[in-house]
Amino acid sequence: LINCISFPCPFFAVYQVFESVAKKYDVMNDSMTLGIHRVWKDILMHKMNPCPGTLLLDVAGGTGDIAFRFINYVRSVRQRQLQRKLKQHQNLSWQEIFESYQKDKFNSLGDSQVVVCDINREMLKVGKQKAQHLGYSEGLSWVLGNAEELPFDDDKFDVYTIAFGIRNVTRIDLALQEAYRVLKPGGRFLCLEFSHVSNPLLSRLYDLYSFQVIPVLGEVIAGDWRSYQYLVESIRQFPPQEELKAMIEDAGFFKVNYDNLNFGIVAIHSGFKL
Amino acid sequence: MGGWHQLYPGHIPTSPLQKALLAAGSAVMALCDPYRHDMVAVLGETTGCLALPNLRDKMKNHPEGYRILQERPRIRLSTLDMARLQGLPDGSLGREYVRFLEDNKVSPDTRMPPKFVDDEELAYVIQRYREVHDLMHTLLGMPTNMLGEVVVKWFEAIQTGLPMCVLGAAFGPVRLSTRKLQVLATELVPWAIRSGLNSSCVLNIYYEQRWEQPVESLREELGIFPPPAVPV
Repeated sequence: LINCISFPCPFFAVYQVFESVAKKYDVMNDSMTLGIHRVWKDILMHKMNPCPGTLLLDVAGGTGDIAFRFINYVRSVRQRQLQRKLKQHQNLSWQEIFESYQKDKFNSLGDSQVVVCDINREMLKVGKQKAQHLGYSEGLSWVLGNAEELPFDDDKFDVYTIAFGIRNVTRIDLALQEAYRVLKPGGRFLCLEFSHVSNPLLSRLYDLYSFQVIPVLGEVIAGDWRSYQYLVESIRQFPPQEELKAMIEDAGFFKVNYDNLNFGIVAIHSGFKL
Repeated sequence: MGGWHQLYPGHIPTSPLQKALLAAGSAVMALCDPYRHDMVAVLGETTGCLALPNLRDKMKNHPEGYRILQERPRIRLSTLDMARLQGLPDGSLGREYVRFLEDNKVSPDTRMPPKFVDDEELAYVIQRYREVHDLMHTLLGMPTNMLGEVVVKWFEAIQTGLPMCVLGAAFGPVRLSTRKLQVLATELVPWAIRSGLNSSCVLNIYYEQRWEQPVESLREELGIFPPPAVPV
């Protein structure tokens, strides 16, 4: 039986949920998924495989998990690029090598940039604090915005990601249209989200865990049963893999496909703007 | 998972498994983070399934307790006439209660409403227990420091049988200094136990109708022995 908590309007409900969960968001994610959400996000980044110079828009990026991974990834790719360059300079003097290294050192991200966009001020605040704490500053910006009406020009970004955020958008079709609009031609859409488990036995175990354990974790860790009850219910109401694929295609994307992670508990959908 | 049969505002229906998980989780969290008063409340609600009906029956079978169950009085700043209570003579319940609130800088409005009790009358009983807690402090003459709270918990454990009180009484002392533990063990706890056993049920007193009554007289009526003359 799935019953929705009655709120005055769905948009306000979602906003309030994330206002109260912002500070405990990361702790709750680790507790609920036993840390596995980190692996899912790593897989997303590997699928993206960004090269230095990429301009990424991470929507509903709140506390920065995707943004930080992106920065780490392009930094290490850049590092390897620089090392390869240095190897080519085998016949230069030490002075020349030192100078060329210095020049590139100040461009450790290779002009890559990530814009984190979230509708919720509290989540952005937590994200900025995390960035400061972990030492991320270069190539990172934080923008308050609504996925259904993005504050960006057309054809701006190379990649658009939305990780565990599209589920909370009231009009998914509008969010997909906006994603299409702000991506450059050739740009890629990537969505990481809870999806549907088709295996019946696993589905029952998953339901049992979701409904019996997750709200309890929410109450004990975050003092907030209702928000996590909402989370579990919203996962079940979200379109399954094929339906979401069709919606992405409707927004104009091509070569849309999806990968199931953990038997469909989570899925990564991908599409291109051509 | 239970259906959404909300029995009272704020009620969250839970399955037996959820209650068990909540009880375990809240117990651990309450011990790890002493500032999580909400966890102590949740623990009380999820483990009180035997003690609460007992308390309710004690109230039902007592004329004053029965009236309380019918009229459902609430102790809140909005319902208390603080000015009147302050004007009462020293030694009266009302005057000493207000003095207690001021000295310890507490308010009756910080009590958590119940969420996980699956009976609307029992939800009131636990709410009443929480709201008269400050009056327990007043009757026992105990401040809201760690030592005072532990003493009140021992008294409440005997009186109510709530597992949460028993746990609080048992684990509360771990954070006390040796000197305080000594006072606790030799003087305060024995007195709290004797008073708890001797006293009639403290939830059967309609406190709101007895503000003028002297504290000593109310103690005698209930059967609470005078507190030992030790600094708390």
